[in-house]
Amino acid sequence: MELLVSVALGVLTASGVYLILRPTTFSVVLGLTLLSYAVNGLIFFGGRLKAGAPPLSVPGLTNQTDPLPQALVLTAIVIGFGMTAYLLAVALKAKSESGTDHVDAGETR
Amino acid sequence: MFSAPLPLILLAPFAGLLLLALIGRGGRSLTAWTAGLSMTGGLAAAFALAPEVFGGTTVLWRVAWLPEWGLDFALRLDGLGLLFAILILGIGVLIVLYAAYYLPKYDDLQRFYMSLLGFAGGMLGIVLAENIVLMVVFWEVTSLTSFLLIAYKYQEVEARISARMALAVTGGGGLALLAGALLLGSVAGSFDFSVIEARAGDVRADPLYPVILILFLLGAFTKSAQFPFHFWLPHAMAAPTPVSAYLHSATMVKAGVFLLARMYPVLGGTELWFVIVSTTGAITFVYGAYVALLKHDLKGLLAYSTVSHLGLITLLFGLDTPMATVAAVFHIINHAIFKASLFMAAGIIDHETGTRDMRRMGGLFYTMPRTAVLAILAAGSMAGVPLLNGFLSKEMFFTAAVAHPGFDGANLILPVVATIGGMLAVAYSVRFVWDVFFDGPANEMPKTPHEPVGWMRLPVEVLVALVVVVGFLPQWSVGPLLKVAAEAVLPGAVPEIKLAVWHGFNLPLAMTVVAFGLGVLQFSRRHKLYALQERYAFGLTSPVAFERFYRGATRFSTAAMAKAAPRSLQWNLALFFSFLLVLGGWAWMSTEMASGWAGMLTGPLPVGEVDMASAVAFAALLFGAVSTVIYRRNRVMAVIFMSVAGTVVSLAFLRFHAPDLALTQLSVEVVTIVLLLMCLRYLPETPVAQSSIGRRVRDGVLATAAGVGVTAMAYAMLTRPYETIAGYHMANAKPGGGGTNVVNVILVDFRGYDTLGEIVVLAMAALGLHALLTGTRMQGPPPLALTKADRYPIMLAELMRPLLPLALVVAVYIFLRGHNLPGGGFIAGLVAAVALMLQYVAGGVDFASERLRVNYVRLLGVGLGIATLTGVASFWFGVPFLTSTHGYVYPPVIDKFELASAMAFDLGVFLVVIGTVLLAMTDIAALRRGEIAAPAGAPAKEKG
Repeated sequence: MELLVSVALGVLTASGVYLILRPTTFSVVLGLTLLSYAVNGLIFFGGRLKAGAPPLSVPGLTNQTDPLPQALVLTAIVIGFGMTAYLLAVALKAKSESGTDHVDAGETR
Repeated sequence: MFSAPLPLILLAPFAGLLLLALIGRGGRSLTAWTAGLSMTGGLAAAFALAPEVFGGTTVLWRVAWLPEWGLDFALRLDGLGLLFAILILGIGVLIVLYAAYYLPKYDDLQRFYMSLLGFAGGMLGIVLAENIVLMVVFWEVTSLTSFLLIAYKYQEVEARISARMALAVTGGGGLALLAGALLLGSVAGSFDFSVIEARAGDVRADPLYPVILILFLLGAFTKSAQFPFHFWLPHAMAAPTPVSAYLHSATMVKAGVFLLARMYPVLGGTELWFVIVSTTGAITFVYGAYVALLKHDLKGLLAYSTVSHLGLITLLFGLDTPMATVAAVFHIINHAIFKASLFMAAGIIDHETGTRDMRRMGGLFYTMPRTAVLAILAAGSMAGVPLLNGFLSKEMFFTAAVAHPGFDGANLILPVVATIGGMLAVAYSVRFVWDVFFDGPANEMPKTPHEPVGWMRLPVEVLVALVVVVGFLPQWSVGPLLKVAAEAVLPGAVPEIKLAVWHGFNLPLAMTVVAFGLGVLQFSRRHKLYALQERYAFGLTSPVAFERFYRGATRFSTAAMAKAAPRSLQWNLALFFSFLLVLGGWAWMSTEMASGWAGMLTGPLPVGEVDMASAVAFAALLFGAVSTVIYRRNRVMAVIFMSVAGTVVSLAFLRFHAPDLALTQLSVEVVTIVLLLMCLRYLPETPVAQSSIGRRVRDGVLATAAGVGVTAMAYAMLTRPYETIAGYHMANAKPGGGGTNVVNVILVDFRGYDTLGEIVVLAMAALGLHALLTGTRMQGPPPLALTKADRYPIMLAELMRPLLPLALVVAVYIFLRGHNLPGGGFIAGLVAAVALMLQYVAGGVDFASERLRVNYVRLLGVGLGIATLTGVASFWFGVPFLTSTHGYVYPPVIDKFELASAMAFDLGVFLVVIGTVLLAMTDIAALRRGEIAAPAGAPAKEKG
């Protein structure tokens, strides 16, 4: 199971990084989303794969998962959304100013 | 007697500044009165404290600032501070009055007085600081505000260049001073001046002493325009005359000599101090006076004479004898008085004649006799004419020069330098008086000169009266003040100060006579000097060198930046990832490899079994992620594939017991995909050309390496045990935070401060988006010929409307239960946002906007406000920011219900999330409004 999760995170990272390096703004946004899946997952799994119960402090529940990484990731997901929205706005503005959706607005090397 | 608290002196100008900001452009006299009264208030506070200082006490005041760093907001008022406070505020009041009449009617007096008050406050901070780091902070305040003052006429290129030059030179000196202050603090073990002063001997014996001394001197010399840093001062004459009169008499440049005076008991008294300070002072003294004689511009002459007099004061401090130090302090007073009056007189002349060129004016004595008499008296003081105050300190200087043991036995040098400087001062003073007020009637002046209005001349009259009073009755007028000020500089070693007009026939008097004789002679032959100067003047002057250096440095850094960070995002990102990989690889390599590669990878934890559902989900994720990459150029498909991956991620959260995360991820997924699809309309259908094969291979290698690295890291982490720190949170969630959902309690209670920061970031992202897209109009492809029913399917629309209240109820439910069961502000906000968003999707933006009249920017503000106020409310109960409380209420019908203050905080989170999502959506939707009407036949504007 650990290997499965690790490979999943690796694949998400690789896809994300590749897309971020593309010249099209839209691909960069997609890549960033995939990369943030991977990063959030990595932080979340910092609590290890635990066969237990959700982190509720309710009598009867034992062996709960670690709440701390979950709290960290929860806000990270929402902020990730904020970042995606902002990046989309930048992409749209760049398109409207430069007429192209190239990340370097034509300044390729 | 009533003793005002010390901070009032410092507070007065800053309070005036705030007041000026509030009253806005409330008219000329209101702004002037406000500025003048705040200066007067500070002066009154200083006078109220004066008896204590004269009584020999050093008034101290402190409040803790960053006590763990040894930083207190600590102030002290000793004789030296009192002297400077009176000079700064007293001359400040006169400048305020003068400027009200000097500056043109249409000028923005509010801006002027605000900068002036800020500057005065900075100066006061320097002279009143007990903590030397605090002093450096105020030092920077004066650098910045003097920049604003010098650039007051910012429309003129010259003013901007001069201001930049002054800022670069004095700001650079400020950096040196900061370094010096930090070093001194660490050597002395405290940043408090009293402590440092008490350990002066240790400081001077420390091996770091030379470094500290040079850093402090760099600060002082740049500020006081000492050679070779003097060049910014004459350029600063681009400022309006009231600014010059203030900066170059009692303040700015005096900050440097103040620093010398303040640090004298700590850093003075060594061979190194004597050599550096006296040499620099002597060079500046003679050089400034020589250049002053060459200037034809009235203010230029005064500027270089200021440089020269500052050199004299520096030289006196450098001589390092008690007598010379007293003379230095005395000359600080005298120079401030006569130079301020001379600058103001020059301003009047400029104002009334329209020129500052001494070759074009003359005979003004006959057209403006009162101003002439005042200026002549002040110029006499500058030259050192007996019975005026400048004579007294110059005489003291000559005495000190004669009495000094001298440079290694060469004891003639000092008297000679003194006499030469005195001679030049006489020459340029005579020139000033002769060329301006006599020398025949000039007919080249742009305006017909006449006396200024009385109020404009009043400040000059006050100052010249002081020149005469101090000149006649020195002991009675400034004796006590000079004594306490000197005591602060020379603890326990003040010589008997003999302030008298007549000391009898002695060598200093002879030097004065010689200086006068030679000075007048030199003046009469000045035209020869001008000719010589024009013939042999060397081209590379300091300002030019400075400009060259400045340009060169700018060019270099631009070029270096272009090399290091090409203007290509793709390139920069590739560099960034490569660097990360190198860093990761390096960390990996540098670890102990005792157990080999496999041992590094696998930890001791037992590996879990793979179940069927997980295997299927894994396959789906692989498929989703890889297909997103493959289909990236077919954007709709790519979005769909990405959502497959996203869904698997939320399932994974569910599988590993994180219901809150699963809910959040799922709803974020929905809103993200809606936004992505909305944007597609405005991005070109065919993306830009593919990168070259080579580049794709390079990126593929980078991406694969990153993926392999993350896999290895994740596997190594997952197979190793760890010590959780969440035990505290689990145990205290219920008793301390009043909730059983530990994740939510962490968010809104334990780590509420972080969450507050996070929703601020979220709101900032939304506002950034809003700022970017407001006013942007984009043209999408022509709309498809669809009927309204096609655009907004009736089934969806009919379903969505009744669904809204239901969905909102669900959101409220999720919100309320969030403290105890999965849910909370973030998730409820997202659910509500999705429900509202669907209304837009089903009915069209116009339809929904008409019904949902909410200003989402305001909603963000309200949300942040509620969250912050919940935190602030804690202060009422005397507990730290964001301390939560909770209790039970028993409403009728429903079961007992728990209320926690954290819930109000969560409400703020809820509103910010809704505001962010809907602001983003409506802003992107609004782009459509700019679309130009479709071709003939189509409706002019599509309506939803």
